[in-house]
Amino acid sequence: MVAPVEPKPGGTLRNAFGGVLGFFILLLIGVLAFSIRLFSVIKYESVIHEFDPYFNYRVTQFLSKNGIYEFWNWFDDRTWYPLGRVIGGTVYPGLTLTAGTMWWILNSLNIPLSVETVCVFTAPVFSAFAAWATYFLTKEVKGIGSGLTAATLLALVPSYISRSVAGSYDNEAVAIFALIFTFFLYIKTLNTGSLFYATLNALSYFYMVCSWGGYTFIINLIPMHALLCIVTGRYSSRLYIAYAPLVVLGTLLAALVPVVGFNAVMTSEHFASFLVFIIIHVVAFVYFIKGILSPKMFKVAITLVLTVGIAVCIAVIAILVALVASSPTKGWSGRSLSLLDPTYASKYIPIIASVSEHQPPTWPSYFMDINILAFLVPAGIIACFLPLSDASSFVVLYLVTSVYFSGVMVRLMLVLAPAACILSGIALSEAFDVLTRSVKLQLVKLLEGPLSNAGDTKDENPTAQNDVLKADKQVAANNKTEDVKERPSKKNRKKDKENTEKAPVKSHNEKRLLVLPLEASAIAIILLVVLGSLYVIHCVWAAAEAYSAPSIVLTSRSHDGLHVFDDFREAYAWLRHNTEVDDKVASWWDYGYQTTAMANRTVIVDNNTWNNTHIATVGTAMSSPEKAAWEIFNSLDVKYVLVVFGGLVGYPSDDINKFLWMVRIGGGVFPHIKEPDYLRDGQYRIDAQATPTMLNCLMYKLSYYRFVETDGKGFDRVRRTEIGKKHFKLSHFEEVFTTHHWMVRIYKLKPPKNRMKGKTKKPKPTSKPLSGARRDGSTKKNPWQ
Amino acid sequence: MGEILMVPALGRILLGLSLLASSFSALGSSSPSPDVRILSAERRVDLTSSIVKVYLTLKVENSGASHASDIFLAFSPTETEHLAIIKASLPEGKRKKKKYIPLDVNPTELSEAPNGAKLFSVSLINPLMAGETAVIEVLYILTHSLEPFPAEISQSESQLVYYRDSAVLLSPYHVVEQIMYIKTPTNKIESFTRVDPTNRAGTELKYGHFHDHPPYYSSPILIHFENNNPFAVVEELVREVEISHWGSLQVKEYYQLKHAGARHKGVFSRLEYQARPSINGASSFKQLLAKLPPRVNSVYYRDAIGNISSSHLRTDYQKSELEIEPRYPLFGGWKASFVIGYSVPLEDFLFESPEGQHYLNFSFGCPLYETLVDSLTIKVVLPEGSRSPSAVLPFGADQYLEKTFSYLDVVGRTTVVIKKKNVVPEHNVPFQVYYNFNPIFMLAEPLMLITAIFLFFSACIAYLHMDLSLAKKA
Repeated sequence: MVAPVEPKPGGTLRNAFGGVLGFFILLLIGVLAFSIRLFSVIKYESVIHEFDPYFNYRVTQFLSKNGIYEFWNWFDDRTWYPLGRVIGGTVYPGLTLTAGTMWWILNSLNIPLSVETVCVFTAPVFSAFAAWATYFLTKEVKGIGSGLTAATLLALVPSYISRSVAGSYDNEAVAIFALIFTFFLYIKTLNTGSLFYATLNALSYFYMVCSWGGYTFIINLIPMHALLCIVTGRYSSRLYIAYAPLVVLGTLLAALVPVVGFNAVMTSEHFASFLVFIIIHVVAFVYFIKGILSPKMFKVAITLVLTVGIAVCIAVIAILVALVASSPTKGWSGRSLSLLDPTYASKYIPIIASVSEHQPPTWPSYFMDINILAFLVPAGIIACFLPLSDASSFVVLYLVTSVYFSGVMVRLMLVLAPAACILSGIALSEAFDVLTRSVKLQLVKLLEGPLSNAGDTKDENPTAQNDVLKADKQVAANNKTEDVKERPSKKNRKKDKENTEKAPVKSHNEKRLLVLPLEASAIAIILLVVLGSLYVIHCVWAAAEAYSAPSIVLTSRSHDGLHVFDDFREAYAWLRHNTEVDDKVASWWDYGYQTTAMANRTVIVDNNTWNNTHIATVGTAMSSPEKAAWEIFNSLDVKYVLVVFGGLVGYPSDDINKFLWMVRIGGGVFPHIKEPDYLRDGQYRIDAQATPTMLNCLMYKLSYYRFVETDGKGFDRVRRTEIGKKHFKLSHFEEVFTTHHWMVRIYKLKPPKNRMKGKTKKPKPTSKPLSGARRDGSTKKNPWQ
Repeated sequence: MGEILMVPALGRILLGLSLLASSFSALGSSSPSPDVRILSAERRVDLTSSIVKVYLTLKVENSGASHASDIFLAFSPTETEHLAIIKASLPEGKRKKKKYIPLDVNPTELSEAPNGAKLFSVSLINPLMAGETAVIEVLYILTHSLEPFPAEISQSESQLVYYRDSAVLLSPYHVVEQIMYIKTPTNKIESFTRVDPTNRAGTELKYGHFHDHPPYYSSPILIHFENNNPFAVVEELVREVEISHWGSLQVKEYYQLKHAGARHKGVFSRLEYQARPSINGASSFKQLLAKLPPRVNSVYYRDAIGNISSSHLRTDYQKSELEIEPRYPLFGGWKASFVIGYSVPLEDFLFESPEGQHYLNFSFGCPLYETLVDSLTIKVVLPEGSRSPSAVLPFGADQYLEKTFSYLDVVGRTTVVIKKKNVVPEHNVPFQVYYNFNPIFMLAEPLMLITAIFLFFSACIAYLHMDLSLAKKA
């Protein structure tokens, strides 16, 4: 009655208006994604965070100074002394090239931003891009409403914020965008069957390969999905176009990235894609044959092909197995293996296990990182099955695999976050759809109720049903009128196609939907809004409080105001200005990247843990007695040793707390370092109960040298205990610098004495580890390469 | 406000003087006349900081027949090398109304002085007639003239330095009577050369009175004393002053700081430094004070690796003081580098000359107190489109022009670069940069942006309304 009149003039206007509105909502989502990540700049300063970003920053500086060709050939002699590192061939260049290009464009427009500024803001910019990519992906799966919701959720999701606040200049920052965008293009190709999008997809995959090692997730997930489609009988030429070009072009492009190179065809991570590539061709061929042969001939052909095919398959598989079995790790890299077998790392590779972000997550971290999305995801999965399309099955598959991976490593929570956002977005949007529609229909009914019949309660249901049917017809009619009317521009034509595709699905879908009672839906809407605001509050809190600390500068709030601990930079600045340019600094590998980037001094090991033996050598030196340690360091030309000590101010992640990994990694390569020597009752202790080996090792001595004189007792505020050995002297090292809060202590190796006094006995046992180091280094194969 | 208005006026006077001076030196480069005698000379040497200041009062008499328009001062070659600034003035009037009329001092190329001594001529305003006497006051400042000995000290030792001078004034004239006072920072004087009569009282050493010394007579003395004042030296200072006619003046200063005292040797123990600060690291310094203009805003203090979180800013009507701490205390030989930046309202520093030119009036030199600068570069970045720049300085310095590119510049900004070596706090006097600027150029960049955005939107509209497909679909 009222309804049929209204949509005719309103329809087109509403659509046009909706487009503009949608555009502005997207723009605001981008602004939101960018600005929520600025807490770190506002609360702290515009500075690069943590460890790996410093390396990326340094590489970007090199790139912007020396250009791309120098960059590919860069042999870095500032790190892994005396081995060095070929940076150009061992780094994923996507992030640096992106930031370098941005910097270059800005500077050629005479906008004089420093490389640092560009690096700091790369991650927030790409978060906005990622939110937009999420919109497009979800739009392909479930329409615009779900797309906008999912984009909003992704803009705010804490898991992603933790990796992309301003200053967190790490590969993941751009890689998540690349990941989502690749998935979007895959789905887009799958929906349209357009070769244009398939090519774009391969390019986007190339960008992902450039950016992050996590590209293997894409090259395994997409084949899995293709296989799933084939198995469930959803094979179509669109699937073929979406898949086959990606594998061919993508692999070719991936092999162009130096760090990947022939790994793109040689390692097991990529085999799944080739296998599915073969299968999809077989299937395509079968469909083709089926189309041109009569059913009888087809059966004959099948038997023929099967016999030949099985024989060939067996031969190929035999060759593959032989190839794979010949490699020690069965062709899998350590990190991938630890993904398949979560206990692998802790058993064989202490260096991977020692990184906290490689540990399995705890339940609270799920709640912290994806918050309410964890509860919305199941609803989203259900929504994806109503009805199941190629696209929605992909999203479900993405979610399921990423849930598994996030369960293995905390770090991969980041891969789960977009999936969770997409599905929650779908769930929320569908829920709002149903609820608002029922409110609308109920209201319509309420308004016309008094007109027709006030008191008849029995008739209520049928009228409501009628309304629903009417509304559905209306929608269908709307779509039809659009089909006929709007044809002026390209954009609209595209939309038409989508509409024609979706309209039958939609109307069919809506016919089955129930209309909920008015009160229930109103309450449900309110509850959903409250839930959403809880999520927003949590995300803002997480962004502001939990994930914004740059970790290079620490703050603490006390009754007399904010106290800043800037000890790391104090130490690095001291090294930078007051030591010789070519001096070598030894420290645990965590501080390697920062030392090269901020102090500009050569380090022995750094966060790119490519050489286990080298790290084990440093670990051994730290866990050896002073003299043996001096000899190891001296043989490496080390002049300064840097240790991080939190005992005075209570900074928990210091070297004493990391010491077990030094012992474990050192002992893994040099057997004379035995972990039980450092343990009392199975624990690392530094109090009076500590073992003599512990109390005499270099790390203990460098950390606690003259510590007792600060308070008279030597009370360690991290371990909450008095230290075991209080008064001792250093004979081979001298303190050259200690920062204001004692958090970083730098020692210098004393020059060797001209004359050995008396003791000729000692050098023998102590020189042993060193020669051992050399021997092991040359013969032992790196276990995790 | 009064002070601010005063400053350009003073600058004008100095400008005038330097113009006058050039004409004087052209005609007055005669050699020291044997008829001039110095009746009395009093020298006060201030050794309390790392910069040596010498106040010299001369009473000069012309006993000859012809008049003398220049009085010459002589410096030994090492002194000449370390001479940062030399000023002479003529006191006038009695006690309370005493005024100092600045005189012009110029180096001369005369080679008649023995042992490479260098002569500086002080041009008198009124030539000294026969039989007349005049009193001249001279201030000169020597840098890098305190040599640490021992050259390396450990953390707990205090810093001892040598100061070398002559007990008798080196002068091209006959000196009738003279005296020298030397002031040391503490009364800990290890040793000093005795030239009778010599007196020591507390922190003061007195050489003299000496009588009747012939020209170019000298008597070397060596003083070895304690000096724990910060030997802060800025090895290189680059000050970038960027003028924006939108209303602000941005200043960015790059410092390369060094502790130029006795080198630190061996261990640095934070424990001792924190527990007994008075006797440990006495010669080190951990903070510096910078004097910034009043109404300063957006001050930052950072270095290559980020913000340095230890600074305090105090502002009042007269001046702003920025107290900065380098990341770590500086011991002998240690270095640090940092950047200080701030912006100030343009109307405090930019004025218009009667000829219609704009001119910037800004202070030369280093804003840090008690700090000498080995090499100072000032870059005044004028707004894009400004023409015919010229700098006016009260003393000589190297100048040249270059181009700087900043936000969305097309032709680049003209930049006046001024370089000077050996700069001491006494150089903190205003200088001027004159230039012509048409305010229409201010609109160039906004218009450029507007055009770009307009073109972008037009392109969008055009794209949406064009059908670029080859095959028309039915």
